Amino acid sequence: MWDFIVERRSQLLINGFNHVYLVFLAVVFATIIAVAIAILVTRLPKLEPVANAVSAIGLTIPSFALIGLLIPVSKIGDGTAIIAVTFYAVLPILRNAVVGLQGVSPTLLESAKGMGMSEFTSLYKVRIPMAWPVILAGIRVSTQMSMGIAAIAAYVLGPGLGTFIFTGLTGYGGANAFNNVFVATVAIIVLALILDLLLIILGRLTISKGIRVA
Amino acid sequence: MSETTATSSGSVTGAEIRLENVTKQYAGQKVAAVGDLTLTIPAGEIAMFVGPSGCGKTTSLKMINRLIEPTSGTIMIGGEDSRKRSADELRRTIGYVIQGGSLFPHMTVAKNIALVPKLLGWDDDRIKKRTDELLDLVSLDPSRYRDRYPRELSGGQQQRVGVARGLAADPPVVLMDEPFGAVDPITRQRLQDELLAIQRELRKTIVCVTHDIDEAIKMGDRILILQEGAQVAQYDTPEVVLGSPANEFVEDFVGSGSALKQLSLARVDEVGTFPQTTAKIGESSAEVIQRAQAAGHRSVVVLDERNRPVGWPWLRQLKGEKIVQSEHAPDAIDRRATLNDALDVMLVNGHGGAVVTDAGGAYFGVVDFTSVTDQMRAMQEKAHEVSNG
Repeated sequence: MWDFIVERRSQLLINGFNHVYLVFLAVVFATIIAVAIAILVTRLPKLEPVANAVSAIGLTIPSFALIGLLIPVSKIGDGTAIIAVTFYAVLPILRNAVVGLQGVSPTLLESAKGMGMSEFTSLYKVRIPMAWPVILAGIRVSTQMSMGIAAIAAYVLGPGLGTFIFTGLTGYGGANAFNNVFVATVAIIVLALILDLLLIILGRLTISKGIRVA
Repeated sequence: MSETTATSSGSVTGAEIRLENVTKQYAGQKVAAVGDLTLTIPAGEIAMFVGPSGCGKTTSLKMINRLIEPTSGTIMIGGEDSRKRSADELRRTIGYVIQGGSLFPHMTVAKNIALVPKLLGWDDDRIKKRTDELLDLVSLDPSRYRDRYPRELSGGQQQRVGVARGLAADPPVVLMDEPFGAVDPITRQRLQDELLAIQRELRKTIVCVTHDIDEAIKMGDRILILQEGAQVAQYDTPEVVLGSPANEFVEDFVGSGSALKQLSLARVDEVGTFPQTTAKIGESSAEVIQRAQAAGHRSVVVLDERNRPVGWPWLRQLKGEKIVQSEHAPDAIDRRATLNDALDVMLVNGHGGAVVTDAGGAYFGVVDFTSVTDQMRAMQEKAHEVSNG
């Protein structure tokens, strides 16, 4: 196994980097999309059940199926991989963002309004900073999940460690088949843990001391 | 009584507020929440809105800064129609203080106070200077509290910051909605006194909603008593409301014990204070004792470097070589505090008197029990005269 890793170390590193990069891009897009939808939902409360239903149903769509559905639209390649991963990444963040934004006390918002803050100022000075810890918790869940889903995205020739897994699966029984799957899986787990650690650090840096837990 | 002229020291910086036939009718409700309210609040005065819950007092207040838009009628602030400017712009010129301070938990004390000045585009230096000035005004040491977060403050301190935030951009009008509803009675009394002291300097036009008639009597230059639908039951000075309630509703609302409530009308500085021997921390005890004995005093008031009373020991308690900080700071009262509050303090401290402070908590003098009871007798005689003829 060790020889396997040493032989393919440059390929592993490149694919590992691409894997993380795919997840990073997807989570960034997902955060922007999710927060935007959540803001819309908090302004139009009627949309809330819709958003919740979509995020619940969305998670039940098998990722293979979604990729299959996307291929006719966005062709085989990186683009499809990013769209697919982003789709799943949105869901946990959306849920948390709605909860977080709605959790800001109406009294505080009225007091912001009473001081002469516009809707927009109140959003970026009060609402989002106060909802941020909850949103960030959603981002963490989303990142972990995306690391796994990104592996499947390799099916459409997307970048990442998933290619090792697929090589292993298609050549099952052959030499190194197990090694391919095993090494890539462990690498994904390790990278996921590192990303989570980075997000925790991001939280320490960006969550106001006034609302941080402990 | 004309307290506004007798005890004012600052010049008026407030603006007159006039409500003309203001009505708020919610869709689907038969009775208007506020029906045809007409009212003038003179510049530089405190108007207290009281009434049972659901009487429309808060609705009336929120119409002044257009958090609630009136269905009809006009609100003039400083002679200008409040609809002439955008609601956001208008609100930046009206202080808004609500129960508990409603501070933003993710911002420091300084940032909370700086919000409106920031919205108005003040530069950083000016904001910082103003923030410190305001913290001083509400008796919080800027260097200690500036960078704290709201959750690191007590309820009373949060409320103080709330008041500072309301005053930040020096607005002519300040609206307060049950500002001291969330703190314990002792803190509430202290905050009321502080606000009165601040008002003595600033002379803003303050509109304050409360459900507590005692608070209204104590704080108000005028009291507006509202019945359901914001119908004015009476709008007058506390003296008149207590002395001749307009109708049964007011009488019931003011409640019994109006003789006792009269105690809330007279202020400590109307009774008069006496000077007391004072000492600074670190002074030689022997010298201080000598000074006190020469003046015929049996106790001295110990002051800190900012002239605030921090102890009130009897002479026999001054044992050490130098004056030291006492274990307990005396419960001081503001010189605008009511006789009611003064008696409260006197009854528990065993000195038969109370230390009186001026704006910023600086030592002012001492008031004693006899002068308070004399004043009470005089007031009762006067009240009798009024009711008999």
